[in-house]
Amino acid sequence: MFDSYRVNTLRYYPDRCINCGMCSRVCPHGVFVPGSETAVLAAPVSCMECGACALNCPVQAISVQSGVGCAWAMISAAIRGKDMDSGECSCGGEPGSCCGTALEKPE
Amino acid sequence: MDSTQSCGCSCTPGSGSLPCGCTQGKKETPGISTATSTITLANRFDHFLARWGVNRMGHTVRPGLYRLGNPDAGSPVFASANYTLSFDALRSALAGVDAYILVLNTNGINVWCAAGKGTFGTAELVRSIEWSDLAHVVRHRTIILPQLGAPGVSWPEVMRRSGFRVEYGPVRASDLPGYLKNHTATPEMRSVRFPFADRLVLIPVELVHAALPTAAGALILFFLAGPLAALAAVMAVLAGTVAFPLLFPLLPTRDFSSKGLILGTIAALPFAGAFASNTTGPVWMNAAGTGMALLIMPPVTAYLALNFTGCSTSTSRTGVKNEIFRYVPVMAVMAASGVLLGILLGLPGWLGVF
Repeated sequence: MFDSYRVNTLRYYPDRCINCGMCSRVCPHGVFVPGSETAVLAAPVSCMECGACALNCPVQAISVQSGVGCAWAMISAAIRGKDMDSGECSCGGEPGSCCGTALEKPE
Repeated sequence: MDSTQSCGCSCTPGSGSLPCGCTQGKKETPGISTATSTITLANRFDHFLARWGVNRMGHTVRPGLYRLGNPDAGSPVFASANYTLSFDALRSALAGVDAYILVLNTNGINVWCAAGKGTFGTAELVRSIEWSDLAHVVRHRTIILPQLGAPGVSWPEVMRRSGFRVEYGPVRASDLPGYLKNHTATPEMRSVRFPFADRLVLIPVELVHAALPTAAGALILFFLAGPLAALAAVMAVLAGTVAFPLLFPLLPTRDFSSKGLILGTIAALPFAGAFASNTTGPVWMNAAGTGMALLIMPPVTAYLALNFTGCSTSTSRTGVKNEIFRYVPVMAVMAASGVLLGILLGLPGWLGVF
């Protein structure tokens, strides 16, 4: 109750892992940590589905339906009759994309 | 995708404010610009304006290769976005380091957001490496990217297409001096936090976006229901845009919407009390005021809180979608009941029945 973030689309196939360590390097929330044989999926519920691990895994041992967790973008898309999952209204697109609030954090 | 037509920056006359780095063909190699690590007063003013959402897409740096200090063919290469806050954080963190900075064209959007969208991505990185002729500027084949660029970049793909090895540096540019000692990042450098200061700087732009509709709503309420109702509207919005980011980790529950509903209820309590203890009007009128404060203020605050998910650093798309489907109907029903209550009970009063 009151936790909508317990499930996500992150899937890990450790049998494919070659333990290159890239997933734990790119994850900003410590979802993957280095292990002795393979990477360890330590905190699956912390995943924000940014997709960095899957995109940088050289052997496709990770899959995730990546997207931006921005209600503004999704509601804007829904109001404009666009696909909520398309990310069309998220920040970082063409100038004039309909998302009004930039995530102005990282360097 | 390459060279001629993929240059995403705005080359159309009249639309761009800064000189554009686009070239018409592949052969023409742009020069290397010079950057320093000094953040000037003008830079700080630009950052201030960016934080207040003034000319939101206009805080751009010309894309291309920059020389910082006196780099030679063995100096490290760092990639950044063409957003002034991103570029300035990088160059100031590299004070005293001789390096090259490759600024990708992300349409003036910061690294993380642009990576999420893919504009800070494999294609733009490969294109920039080729276009800047980086392979002839440096001897080595390594480019250091901010870790938060990783959602847009596939290192095996960059390696295959450009010959350059991607090295992911720390999340924050300010950790670069420590990182560069042995090119390893501690788990601390690798993790994104959302501390008070980071939440504080997001408030101005939230306020700016909410200002106009709030002023309009408060004005209408002022004439329909008086100054207390107008103040209640302003307070509900301030709770969602100012108090919510500040108190974020202290608010109970995980969901942004439930946090917002709790905060909105707290903000509504003084108004509910004020309406309830009003001795002048008829009792049912005061009851209506109390009910309206408790039914309308919380969903307003909660909706603003829900919209803060995009500014936060930890929400998944699946989770936010769950939140939308779970809470937006609740918010709508609450607000609609409040408005209906106001119309039903307020109408006789306005019509002069009593």
